[in-house]
Amino acid sequence: MSQSFDEISAQLRRRHRKSARLKWVSMGALGLAGLFLVLFFADMLVKGLPAFQQAQIQVEVDYSEQASQLPLAAVQEDVRPLVSRGYLRLIPGRMEDNPDLLGTTRMEWVLADGQVDQYLKGHHSKLSGSEQTVVERLVDQGRAELRFNTTFFTSGDSKMPELAGIAAAAMGTVLTLLVTLAVSFPIGVMTAVYLEEFAPDNRVTQLIEININNLAAIPSILFGLLGLAIFINFFGVPRSSPVVGGLTLALMTLPVIIIATRTALRSVPDSIRHAAFGVGCSRWQVVRDHVLPLAMPGIMTGSIIGLAQAMGETAPLIIVGMVAFIPDVGATFTEAATVLPAQIFTWAGEPDRAFIEKTSGGILVLLTVLITLNATAVVLRKKFERRW
Amino acid sequence: MQTNQILALFCGTLLVLGLIAFFLGRAKAAKVRASGTAMYAQPDQYAWFSVLSTAGPAILVGALGAFVMLLAGAEIPTLYLLAASLVVGCAGLAMGIALVRPEFHARKAIERVIRFFLAGAALISIVTTFGILVSIVGEAIRFFQMQSFWDFITGTTWNPGASFLEAAGRAEEGASAAQFGSVPLFAGTFMITLVAMLVAIPVGLLAAIYMAEFAPRRVRTLAKPVLEVLAGIPTVVYGFFAAITVAPIIVDVAGFFGLDASFNNALAPGVVMGIMIIPFISSLSDDVINSVPDSMRQGSLALGMTKGETIRDVVVPAALPGIISASLLAMSRALGETMIVVMAAGMRPNLTANPLEDMTTVTVRIVAALTGDQEFASAETLSAFALGLVLFVVTLSLNLVSVIMIRRFREKYRINNL
Repeated sequence: MSQSFDEISAQLRRRHRKSARLKWVSMGALGLAGLFLVLFFADMLVKGLPAFQQAQIQVEVDYSEQASQLPLAAVQEDVRPLVSRGYLRLIPGRMEDNPDLLGTTRMEWVLADGQVDQYLKGHHSKLSGSEQTVVERLVDQGRAELRFNTTFFTSGDSKMPELAGIAAAAMGTVLTLLVTLAVSFPIGVMTAVYLEEFAPDNRVTQLIEININNLAAIPSILFGLLGLAIFINFFGVPRSSPVVGGLTLALMTLPVIIIATRTALRSVPDSIRHAAFGVGCSRWQVVRDHVLPLAMPGIMTGSIIGLAQAMGETAPLIIVGMVAFIPDVGATFTEAATVLPAQIFTWAGEPDRAFIEKTSGGILVLLTVLITLNATAVVLRKKFERRW
Repeated sequence: MQTNQILALFCGTLLVLGLIAFFLGRAKAAKVRASGTAMYAQPDQYAWFSVLSTAGPAILVGALGAFVMLLAGAEIPTLYLLAASLVVGCAGLAMGIALVRPEFHARKAIERVIRFFLAGAALISIVTTFGILVSIVGEAIRFFQMQSFWDFITGTTWNPGASFLEAAGRAEEGASAAQFGSVPLFAGTFMITLVAMLVAIPVGLLAAIYMAEFAPRRVRTLAKPVLEVLAGIPTVVYGFFAAITVAPIIVDVAGFFGLDASFNNALAPGVVMGIMIIPFISSLSDDVINSVPDSMRQGSLALGMTKGETIRDVVVPAALPGIISASLLAMSRALGETMIVVMAAGMRPNLTANPLEDMTTVTVRIVAALTGDQEFASAETLSAFALGLVLFVVTLSLNLVSVIMIRRFREKYRINNL
């Protein structure tokens, strides 16, 4: 059976069209992933940026004898529901610290209630009709506006959205990561040095290697179970504390640091080692004085990436109880604390709509820090990378 | 005395002893060398050896004692322990100084100690795996003493209900007995994982094919790190995104087609999880496709195959073990993923094939069981460890199969850099 040239070239065209189609479809797949990334960040920005602004209103605060007993009396009745209750509670304390205030009346910019904030941002709010007219009047007089939200960065968690902030969680993250770094960095580097530079190639070494690769792929929540059963129940490390969270995360970060360090050590050429051995260095001296310093940029990069990973981890920390409600910014390793992702998780579970904004704001902060960390790692690698 | 004070005292004394050892050892070595005797090592190395022989045994004794106290519950008065370890430290100091002799290889001795330390650090990773295994298996056994293993594996009702009251000794007559049938949990986990894989495998694989075979070099160097960003976003963020943004969209779309979807539907966490694991598949597949030998492409093209046909019939089949390996790794990631499902999937154990209904997963129940205020010994809390055990076994087997597949691929084409 023979085919005419026309048929053959038509067939060929079909085949090439098919080939081109694969190209476009696969390009589309990549585009889809990219598109998702763009949509995701746009969504987070839209939801989260308003969290950095908070409504404030200018009201007359009357520091009377009565206000020191009953803070509600410090502001006039019509604006009373509009002022944050959390702010009012601080008035007696301030009067005690500063006795001169007693008997004076001042116009002050004060934190508005969360509902006013939502109303000003155009969201649904629970303000009644008359309260809304008061807010409108204040806006017209220039006595109510959105200002930069410093509370969000300076205070701990609160049940009142206008007072809730990420400072306590940020502190907890710093403490937890300090523990993580202090434990996982030395052990990780030592393990990698042993495996690359000292270990004989035997069964035990192979077992350790397989084991490390496996450890990197174990679901994070199982590390939480380990933390709960071993660290808390067996060793009696205080629950919810940065110590137990840090130790749990350290075990998770360990494989990342080990693998990165081994790659870095392997990229140091053997000629360096031979030269050092040649002038009579012992094995440890070769490693300490020559190989490790040359591998340091790679090790740092890997550790930063491992830390960034640990920083975003939530599941194991929930299991060891680091989702506590922490209103004060603490600075100890053994008291209950929370971390940024856990704070995000807690806020995401709050029914109040204003907390969606807080959650997204917290996410933006977390993502900014993570991107900065990863970018630092990339810059470090670019700057110190050496081709041998 | 407080533990902290004892620890401070111990460290302080040890520091002083160490300093004494360092300077005594160095002075003695320097004196010996000054007298004209050739020595095997430098004075500093002798000094460091003395420090090691002082601090090492003392710390060892202290740690051992503390460990015995914790493990066996034996009551050793901490002061005695402190004294004992310090005495050992002094003995070590004396021995270290005595060993500062010309024919003693101080450097080799230090080397041995360091090697020992490094090996000890390497063993920690094994200890970790072992710790996970012991902690999970130990508690799971306690659970299976309370509940039958068979019911756990085959039961279709998960209702921990009143188990915490039982543990507290306040079980009510007539209250329904707690049931721990895990089938609905596995069904939910499987459903969400399936959705995730249906999203991730086509997109990830096609993206890998594009990056490896079609894309200009510039696009490739840019696209790979951008895709990696997807894997770097914390899962709690994805969970929030799935619950707040994706789930309502799915409900709306389903409503448009006249379907009734729950706000905790299994589709939203599944889709978002799929997006999260795209880079796991694309990155490894890209590497694997790149390492398929060019001679195979050349042979195929020489026979008149188009580029698309070459990819479909030659390159992808050759890279298949690597692609499957990547998919298995991604699957184990999806099975163990916690935050996305905790935040976006339901809490209700629900045995259904409809992804628009709410379903719960193994990891959700683990978190739910361990964040309540229950007695630790209650069956519900312990059930978390039984579920964890299953999760551990499944993910471990997936990882092992994945490693074996990638090794087979590597051996077949003699590639060293995968």
